[in-house]
Amino acid sequence: MLHDRDRIFTNLNGRRGADLESALKRGAWDGTKFLLEKGKDWIIAEMKASGLRGRGGAGFPTGLKWSFMPKPQEGRPHYLVVNADESEPGTCKDREIMRNDPHLLIEGCLIASFAMHANACYVYIRGEYVREKEALQRAVDEAYAANLVGKDNVHGYPFDIYVHHGAGAYICGEETALLESLEGKKGMPRLKPPFPANMGLYGSPTTVNNVESIAVAGEILRRGGDWFAGLGKPNNTGTKLFSISGHVERPCNVEEEMGISFRELVEKHCGGIRGGWDNLYAIIPGGSSVPVLPEHQCQDLSMDFDTLRNLRSGLGTAAVIVMDKSTDIIRAIARISYFYKHESCGQCTPCREGTGWMWRVVERMAEGRAEKREIDMLLDVTTQVEGHTICALGDAAAWPVQGLIRHYRHEIEKRIDDYTARSTPADYAPPAVAAE
Amino acid sequence: MSVRRLAAEQPADFAFTQDNLQWAERQIAKYPEGRQASAVIPLLWKAQEQHHGWLPEPAIRRIAEMLGMPVIRVMEVATFYTMFNLEPVGEHFVQLCGTTPCALRGANALKDVCRKVIGDQRHVTSDGKLSWLEVECLGACANAPMVQINYDYYEDLDPENFEKLLEDLRAGRAVQTGSQTGRSCSAPAGGDTSLSDETLYDGSRVGQWRKRFDEQSAPGDATAPDAGGKPADNSRPEAKTAADSKDSEAKPAAAERPADRTRREGVSFPYAPTSGGADKSVDAPVSDAHKPELLTAPRGGKGDDLKQIWGVGPKLEAMLHSLGVFHFDQIASWSDEQLAWVDQHMESFKGRAKREMWNLQGKVLADGGTEQDAEDAVRKARGEAV
Repeated sequence: MLHDRDRIFTNLNGRRGADLESALKRGAWDGTKFLLEKGKDWIIAEMKASGLRGRGGAGFPTGLKWSFMPKPQEGRPHYLVVNADESEPGTCKDREIMRNDPHLLIEGCLIASFAMHANACYVYIRGEYVREKEALQRAVDEAYAANLVGKDNVHGYPFDIYVHHGAGAYICGEETALLESLEGKKGMPRLKPPFPANMGLYGSPTTVNNVESIAVAGEILRRGGDWFAGLGKPNNTGTKLFSISGHVERPCNVEEEMGISFRELVEKHCGGIRGGWDNLYAIIPGGSSVPVLPEHQCQDLSMDFDTLRNLRSGLGTAAVIVMDKSTDIIRAIARISYFYKHESCGQCTPCREGTGWMWRVVERMAEGRAEKREIDMLLDVTTQVEGHTICALGDAAAWPVQGLIRHYRHEIEKRIDDYTARSTPADYAPPAVAAE
Repeated sequence: MSVRRLAAEQPADFAFTQDNLQWAERQIAKYPEGRQASAVIPLLWKAQEQHHGWLPEPAIRRIAEMLGMPVIRVMEVATFYTMFNLEPVGEHFVQLCGTTPCALRGANALKDVCRKVIGDQRHVTSDGKLSWLEVECLGACANAPMVQINYDYYEDLDPENFEKLLEDLRAGRAVQTGSQTGRSCSAPAGGDTSLSDETLYDGSRVGQWRKRFDEQSAPGDATAPDAGGKPADNSRPEAKTAADSKDSEAKPAAAERPADRTRREGVSFPYAPTSGGADKSVDAPVSDAHKPELLTAPRGGKGDDLKQIWGVGPKLEAMLHSLGVFHFDQIASWSDEQLAWVDQHMESFKGRAKREMWNLQGKVLADGGTEQDAEDAVRKARGEAV
């Protein structure tokens, strides 16, 4: 089990002050100058040694990402952009960092910027997080006042940090859409290559990192990559913020070790499943875009990237959505499909049309007003969306539906049978649900 | 995608107030020269805020002028981002999260409340106070179901407290933002399950991590305990509690141990292993005459945390429990023969009890020592660098 002393976000629950003085007492900004003096190469080597994988969902190694930044050139400033556009359904971890431990984030921004030759950092925070933006801005102002950041700060590395906010678009969590949005455009993802490390914000080399990935950097460097790598499992190291929502007794955010079992996570921090473990029906282990897992796969489930990928799901943002037996699983997935239909940016045809199409069909299946052959047709359509779009939103929209069909085809068939049994020919009039 | 159009009725003109103009200039200054278009979202926000919560068409044109952008580009932004309200909204604009995590916890019942108290979506009540809209995930899923009203989140709702909240807002009464059930942020209801260690907050941890670097720079200390292993073992120097921090200070160089180290040096060490023989002796069967005293259940219903013994994890702890071992003092009292007996009766990990000198560790731990103390004692007894 994870000891409190190995936890990084010591004010996760918001019981203490988020101000600079309290943060200093908790160990933020402790020896940052010393760490910077160790040099860029040392920082990146430590981050690589820590095995930290990006906390935004894809799990790309952070140290490796940092090392992709090119050599600095005259007239091409480097940028660090922090992705605080947290909007994956189920995920609510970065919010707690920004309002309760903002100084860890700001310190991480300085360290990461230093390691990547960036002198400016933008934190892109989702529009709905107004109070969180204010909290973060307060902390930034404090850091400027204490000369921890700024043109001529105590760390001897000129560095500016700006808080920028969006206006409610899930797609802006995709890194290139985020950059577009930051440049004042619609948040439509860019084709890659060129990758942001070469052509990012304003055409300059840019790295986009999740809030949590950046906020843990200071503590990793202080205690050492080995310390972080010693927590969790090989290739799935360190601690992670888990957001547990849905049908548990006490939903919460908590920092735990990677690879903790689902049962331990829920028992220890959430007071168990509502109605007991026998009442567990399914979980979505990593935010709405990863496929659902049925109850029998959850009992001894290890919460880490590799285990979940092998089960054809994913750890994603470690946002665990728990569903008990009262859940109408088809409706739950239909609502997720509606989400993706709503949030598709409309740039790529398979996604713009496919998300709406998938939603309408799943919605009909939730009623039972469908034919069984349509299940395979739906599955076929998901594969035509998946992998055929610029960004991963198409995939993210397809996977929940695929997960539903993979594990709960019998539920859909039963729903269709029930509907057929109690319906009259009038019920087979052309569907009216297609209207938006 | 959602279809979003401008409202049919628009005001004739829009102008920022003087304060907001200055604010806008500060926003524009955040971005590099020539990149003022980046400020378009903040400026549209401010216009919406100034104009009773919705964004009129003249404001879009005005902002395009201010930022030197074509009007259509600003129009695109205004219609793309769903938080720009293109039609009038109530004074208290309720955005209700209806996405799956909230729906699982009862958001649909909240929608019924909205329909009852306010009416249809996008409909503004006749007093102009309230309107509502179902929106997508607002990112407070551990506090579901929840709504956002203007800039504030209201969490942990149920139909009763939500209806009361709406009535209070309509009547202009003071309301509580955030959790409506008194939770602190997203901590689990009914008491925190982590972060109870006070030493995280009193400043005693600050600076302890530097020992790692002191050790590395200290000559001749090749066994600095940083290579591999579990952090619960080797992160100890920087992650210690206040009580044992004095010991970690003693780590860098044996010659400079502070005086309080002598407390442990006063412990006699009759446990030194016969070199190489320790594991061999395990093979010889130990008669039950050497069976130590075992318990059927922990005294007082609660045993010690045997995992504190260096080398004992959950698995070994479970084996010890099944043998009837629950307390440090039990382990501390074992003779070498009794230790060997226990070793023989472990299902696996044979030889470990002896090699890692559990009885010595038990003694240290029973005396109130820490995990680190126990580990140090073993290393010392083995003649290794501490």
